[in-house]
Amino acid sequence: MTPVRVSIAAAIASILVILIVLELIRGRRLKERYALLWLATGIVLLILSLWRGALTTIAGWVGVETYPPAILFAAATLFIIIVLLHYSTVLSRLTDDNVRLAQEIGLIRERLRAHESALEQLAGGRTDGRA
Amino acid sequence: MADLGRIVAVVPAFREEGAIGGVVAGIKAVNPAIDVVVVDDGSPDRTAAAAAEAGAAVVRLPFNLGIGAAVQTGFRYALEHDYDTAVRLDGDGQHDPNELPKLLEVLALGEADVVTGSRFVGPDRTYRPPLARRLGITWFAKLVSMLTRQRVTDTTSGFQALNRKGISLFARDYPSDYPEVEGTLLVLRTKLRLVEVPVVMKTREHGRSSITLPKSIYYLFKVTLALLIAMARRATLPADEREPR
Repeated sequence: MTPVRVSIAAAIASILVILIVLELIRGRRLKERYALLWLATGIVLLILSLWRGALTTIAGWVGVETYPPAILFAAATLFIIIVLLHYSTVLSRLTDDNVRLAQEIGLIRERLRAHESALEQLAGGRTDGRA
Repeated sequence: MADLGRIVAVVPAFREEGAIGGVVAGIKAVNPAIDVVVVDDGSPDRTAAAAAEAGAAVVRLPFNLGIGAAVQTGFRYALEHDYDTAVRLDGDGQHDPNELPKLLEVLALGEADVVTGSRFVGPDRTYRPPLARRLGITWFAKLVSMLTRQRVTDTTSGFQALNRKGISLFARDYPSDYPEVEGTLLVLRTKLRLVEVPVVMKTREHGRSSITLPKSIYYLFKVTLALLIAMARRATLPADEREPR
């Protein structure tokens, strides 16, 4: 069984994670889309730290017999890996979007320059005609 | 014979203020009817100005995107401005504009969607790259040939002429760095017709190649991996270019 003090410490840490994430969302410093995984992390860790019987059972499933709290570490690590992978996909998409935007800006500026010089020629031609 | 229609030369350039003017002038000298668009990949020097002075349209990217995205910008320009044919030459002058007609002649036969200037077909093989580079080029040629069951000799050549199908494909999908190899695979997998013609390439006129040995090894692995992953992907042409069935 997990020592009570470990459970309490883990629960406090999980609650802190949840509160910090909620506060970041409230202050609009974190978008819900990116916060969900963090909230899930905090909630799962909170459940595992309070529901001590479940932790022991899961530990038994995966062959951890001497120290069930190791499952807390494993769960936390797993969630962090998932969050990081998610960030990598977000980063990749942002990179593609960024490239696309830069290309569009280049193309639009070229178009703008072409239009401006055509306008200038038009205006120039008209004044020549009047003179 | 297929009509080549309006032709645009796509010239990617990064820090090529010394060479770019000559490249643009060279293309215009070969055929004044060819429009030239130089894609300046965020150069800090006078590349864009030099290109404009030589009479090219200039698309200036706000920051450096890398060769693949720069070339793709050129193909997007070709698509947006409704060109029928695009040729791609590098801004450093290694692709001789005088070789352009060879590529365009083959494209005009109407039996190819993409024509690549290869350094390794034909009788006149004067191009002798350093051993390491030759090994790399051979490796990719063999790998792409094997994966697509079609013989190609030079998958790393960026000297290409494309019809509208080729332009549309590359405007939508073009790999990022060292893009030619994966681009060749993409052409073959989407069942576009690729023909190689022998060309002579010049050694660099200005500057140094951006590719160093550790980088080459990194690219060798990266591109090989990209090729294998690309094989696991579905390859389709853009909707507009698919044959109606």
